Amino acid sequence: MPIIEVDGLRKRYGDQVAVDDVSFAVDEGEIFGILGPNGAGKTTTVECVAGLRAPDDGRISVLGLDPRADRAGLRQVVGIQLQESQLPEKLTVAETLDLYSSFYPDPADWRDLVADLGLATKLRTRFGKLSGGQKQRLSIALALIGRPRIAILDELTTGLDPQARRDTWQLIKEVRDRGVTIVLVTHFMEEAERLCDRLAVIDAGRVVALDTPAGLVARVGAEQRIRFRPSEPLDDRLLTELPEVTSVTRDGSRVLVTGNDDVLLAVVTVLAREKIRPTDLRVEQATLDDAFVALTGRSINADEETKA
Amino acid sequence: MTALRKLTVTEFKLFLREPMVVFFAIAFPSVLVGILGNVDEFQKVDPALGGARVIDLYVTIAATFVLAMLGLQAAPAVLATYREKGILRRMSTTPVHPTNMLAAQLIANVTIALVSAALVFTVGRVAFDVALPRQIVGFAVAFTFTAAAVFAVGIFVAAVAPNGKAANGIGAVLFFPLMFFAGLWAPRETMSPVLRRIGDFTPLGAGEQALHDAASGAWPGAGSLLVLVAYVVAFGLAAARLFRWE
Repeated sequence: MPIIEVDGLRKRYGDQVAVDDVSFAVDEGEIFGILGPNGAGKTTTVECVAGLRAPDDGRISVLGLDPRADRAGLRQVVGIQLQESQLPEKLTVAETLDLYSSFYPDPADWRDLVADLGLATKLRTRFGKLSGGQKQRLSIALALIGRPRIAILDELTTGLDPQARRDTWQLIKEVRDRGVTIVLVTHFMEEAERLCDRLAVIDAGRVVALDTPAGLVARVGAEQRIRFRPSEPLDDRLLTELPEVTSVTRDGSRVLVTGNDDVLLAVVTVLAREKIRPTDLRVEQATLDDAFVALTGRSINADEETKA
Repeated sequence: MTALRKLTVTEFKLFLREPMVVFFAIAFPSVLVGILGNVDEFQKVDPALGGARVIDLYVTIAATFVLAMLGLQAAPAVLATYREKGILRRMSTTPVHPTNMLAAQLIANVTIALVSAALVFTVGRVAFDVALPRQIVGFAVAFTFTAAAVFAVGIFVAAVAPNGKAANGIGAVLFFPLMFFAGLWAPRETMSPVLRRIGDFTPLGAGEQALHDAASGAWPGAGSLLVLVAYVVAFGLAAARLFRWE
């Protein structure tokens, strides 16, 4: 039973089409990812879902509510962590949490939240003195403080260091395990792969794929790649004649073999028989990155790389 | 209701954490009365002022200053900064609408203004024997109308200013000429009739006149109150139309 349904969503700002045609459904209790490059329409999509923007066209239902018509009802059940939303500089973490919990009829205990988010030692610190990562975690806490049934998190781990990022992922999983449905906007592949049950890949305002992370990867083929340096000269034909192998190429002294799921065992068996040791052996599988490139024709971080 | 109460308490705390604003809104007006009261000339009864002393006039001018400081400088900058930083937008994702923030700002600022004005009158009374407002109901009416007019203009400034810095700038640009007409540099009683007449139509000029009338025992003039109401309606409606939460 879908908890969020988006059907034919369109939104433009002046001449700029932000969302062209987006449809998806989110099931209760899942972590649903919205993945796409910067400017793909991800944020606009979730802002329409949250009732912060009026769509030009399309139908949205969140827990059976229309996000625009039933805004008051929606705010009781949906928590949102917005990008680039700050707080008063001179308000402390504890004061902020205490204030925001007064906005909800049955708030979560914010002492538990700060413990989970690693902010317990920062309660008396003013917002302006927090690091970027700490501000981000406070923002997540505020999204969860009203015990929402749905939490929308926009670029959850931006600005977090790798350890804080992993801790945050763990927290989000725990929140989901308590029954909260999570909509996660991200342009960060590892996050999508590790955290999301299902993903909508959005590019240029359209959904280009909707699947589990594994399902998306499988679309680009279950092909495996093996790289190694043979310890003795190796005749390529020994490998090419194997049914599991699709191609053998050479890169200097290295051999690159591609093939199906069983290719590794087949290749290693042949090498053992020939008494050749594969040194520097690497096995690579297609990743979500590969899937994204195959779906959109470019890398998700292409924009940022050009900028950098 | 608890949310509005919490918001108001929070805005009080944040006010107290801005030492410059606290100084100019609470300490400065009383200090000003204290300094002027120590000028011998200002302690003398002046027949040209209808038998009043200059220090008698400055008590209501200082009370007007308090409202202008909070209504034109402090509140618009805070509200525009809250919008600029997405604080109002974040609030609009919660069950408590950001109008509550506006209300909390008004309650906090008007309360601070009352405290500061009370301090001004206390200093005047204790140190220089300035009479307390004689028409107390009239004084409350005049204070309420003046506060409403000044804050309507202030919220209008917050509505049109693109960010906190701009709101600060606009507030300052309005503050000096409006305080001039309220008599900060030369009491209205010493102004030329033309300047005084112009002042009658400014929010702080009309406000000061109404406060002064009530302080000296009369009911605030209908003309002054009408001018104040006009500012409340015009700027209040414009602010309501133009104010954006994000």
